[in-house]
Amino acid sequence: MLDELSLKLEKVLKKVTGQGRLTEDNISDTLREIRRVLLDADVNYKVAKKFIDDVKTKALGKEVLVSVSPGQLITKIIYDELTELMGGANRELSLNPTGPTIILLVGLQGCGKTTFSAKLAKYLTEKNRKVLLTAADVYRPAAIDQLKTLGKQTNIPVFSIDGERDVVKIADKSVSYAKENGLNTIIIDTAGRLHVDEELMNEVAEIKKKVNPTETLFVVDSMTGQDAVNSAKAFHDRVDFDGIVLTKLDGDSRGGCALSIKAVVDEPIKFISHGEKLDSIEPFFPDRLASRILGKGDIVSLVEKAQAQFDDTEAEDLEKKMLQNKFDFEDFLKQIKMIKKMGSIKSLLGMMPGMNSALKNADVDDKQLVRVESIIQSMTKEERQNPKILNGNRRKRIARGSGNTIQDINRLLKQFKEMQKMMKSMTGKGGKNMKKQLKNLRFN
Amino acid sequence: MKLFKNINIDKLKSGLSKTREKVVNKISETISGKAKLDEATLEELEEILISSDIGFDTTERIIERTRISLKSEGDRSTLNVFTIIQNELVKSLNDHIELKDEFEEIEKYKPYVILIVGVNGAGKTTTVGKLAHNYRKAGLKVLIGSADTFRAAANEQLEIWAKRAGVEIIQSVSGSDPSSVAFDTIQTAKNENADVVIIDTAGRLHTKNNLMEELKKIKRVMSKVVDYAPNETFLVLDGNTGQNMVFQANEFSKFTELTGLIVTKLDGTAKGGAIFQVCSEQKIPIKYIGVGEGIEDLQTFEPKEFVKALFAHNGTLDE
Repeated sequence: MLDELSLKLEKVLKKVTGQGRLTEDNISDTLREIRRVLLDADVNYKVAKKFIDDVKTKALGKEVLVSVSPGQLITKIIYDELTELMGGANRELSLNPTGPTIILLVGLQGCGKTTFSAKLAKYLTEKNRKVLLTAADVYRPAAIDQLKTLGKQTNIPVFSIDGERDVVKIADKSVSYAKENGLNTIIIDTAGRLHVDEELMNEVAEIKKKVNPTETLFVVDSMTGQDAVNSAKAFHDRVDFDGIVLTKLDGDSRGGCALSIKAVVDEPIKFISHGEKLDSIEPFFPDRLASRILGKGDIVSLVEKAQAQFDDTEAEDLEKKMLQNKFDFEDFLKQIKMIKKMGSIKSLLGMMPGMNSALKNADVDDKQLVRVESIIQSMTKEERQNPKILNGNRRKRIARGSGNTIQDINRLLKQFKEMQKMMKSMTGKGGKNMKKQLKNLRFN
Repeated sequence: MKLFKNINIDKLKSGLSKTREKVVNKISETISGKAKLDEATLEELEEILISSDIGFDTTERIIERTRISLKSEGDRSTLNVFTIIQNELVKSLNDHIELKDEFEEIEKYKPYVILIVGVNGAGKTTTVGKLAHNYRKAGLKVLIGSADTFRAAANEQLEIWAKRAGVEIIQSVSGSDPSSVAFDTIQTAKNENADVVIIDTAGRLHTKNNLMEELKKIKRVMSKVVDYAPNETFLVLDGNTGQNMVFQANEFSKFTELTGLIVTKLDGTAKGGAIFQVCSEQKIPIKYIGVGEGIEDLQTFEPKEFVKALFAHNGTLDE
């Protein structure tokens, strides 16, 4: 386990050196990797390409902070752009405050429209809307029964007309039914249809024309692949939907199709749906989906936190000392303080890609940090700068002063020595020995 | 000695390695027998393959293989490159086609038991209807069991399909144990001397462990009636699905032994290319494809036709 951990640490630490500005050269590897990540997440080929090109153009020449690598910085920029792109304005569902609110749900077969319509009905009922579900899927066998059953489960009335095949009529009648029965919100569940099915696309366009919905939502399976752009565009051309609903996010799909759809139709994602229980519906959080698509641990938040908390000059100073092999207890103390500002060690390590699984069983105790801090604070300035002078008497005094045992002090000194050694090998040409030394470096 | 002191060895190394890479690439192309492809062809190829959901890694692999095949080719026109790549793709699918005679198998076992599994919305129930129709048309006595005891009105949906296909159905009570429905269906089939039993199951996301465990139980209970059951376990995959299809196949394989794949919804514009990865990772043959909502819209899988469709607007497949 530790082997794996130290390998990862080695990788990450190696990158923690400033390199001036972002150039074509120092970000090309990262960009290639991100492109692959996007494609693996089902972002459309063209969309991924354009997105990365755009971000690159914007980012070239940006200054790199000392504490992050160009690769990390560009990852963060990509993440920010991604979040921004998917955020967009007006993500709330528009509700008609006076007249009836009509919500029309459209999409391909099997994307989860019927289940979602029941979820949305429940969600809006809880927000004190009086909801009517309209069963307008006359094609799929038993689709109307399915909606009726869901209506029963949620105590929400379902409108249907037995034997009626004209869905425009069903939709229209449901609106007047709602009016007569004091219901102010109508959710129309339509049949799944292929975007290339002219006849059925006409039909859904007719429904839209007839009832003039407040919101038309395009429901899409989050596992959808490259073709999402084609179906979304075709639906948008025909019914001009106002928002997107991403379903089945309780699986392990990365949901890249959301980015593709967003890129071709530029409509906001309004809801995500994740499970078969009727309350598993959530408003959409762009940053969460961005992380999911990038699937890179939380390197992004790590970069963010590091940027916010690291004082540039302090970091520069530290780097210089590391290079000159003059890292002392004063620096150690500063580092501990920085780490404390950034959160717990475990959460910090967990944010590094690949570290999460490795850290599951690792016992990293934050209290240990406090103890180390207290020990260092019990040292004199001279002792901190030159630990070699710490003889038995001095150690005894420090132990008493910080409320620790001599063994604790000895252990810390040993660790500190290892750390110095490690830094020496990192900054020198060695590097190879680091893994071995990291192994000996423990947090307690 | 002083002369060498200021040279930055690392910088020099990295500079060298770039040149070295170039040289090595050239040499290895000659030695390893790989042809170079021009940027434009490469990019076009990449776009076609990735846009059909074949996936990044598989695309790279295919292009590599093509470059090797191209080495001995005199003709490196784009058209020929495409022909070669299509043949490669067909070959990779053919490797997983089973040639066993299904009807011979069906005669050997009575009843012949088919279990249908897949994620939510993949098209399982529709597929069950189409399969039943096909078997009945072939003169077999078919019985279907509705083991989707979870989704609202799943029973009713299957019942309509059973009527359309003209076959008998064993219903479940909502919320009951799906394995008991499977048990009843096979038992009835045995008593009534039916040839084929098709069991429809509830959609389950492959990430839900408890639901996946349930599949194991269904299988266990089935084998209590006839010890060889199921003869076939078909995983139904939505042709619109992207890279997640691979995870689905891998996870379902972990819990139940899949014997065939059915790819649905290929009547749209999705190409279903993720299936290449599924085939290469799981070595499961693709049995059928779904191309519509009609009862006749189930076709035997034809690798050549499938690959042709990927390249629908780019080049032709050599006959």
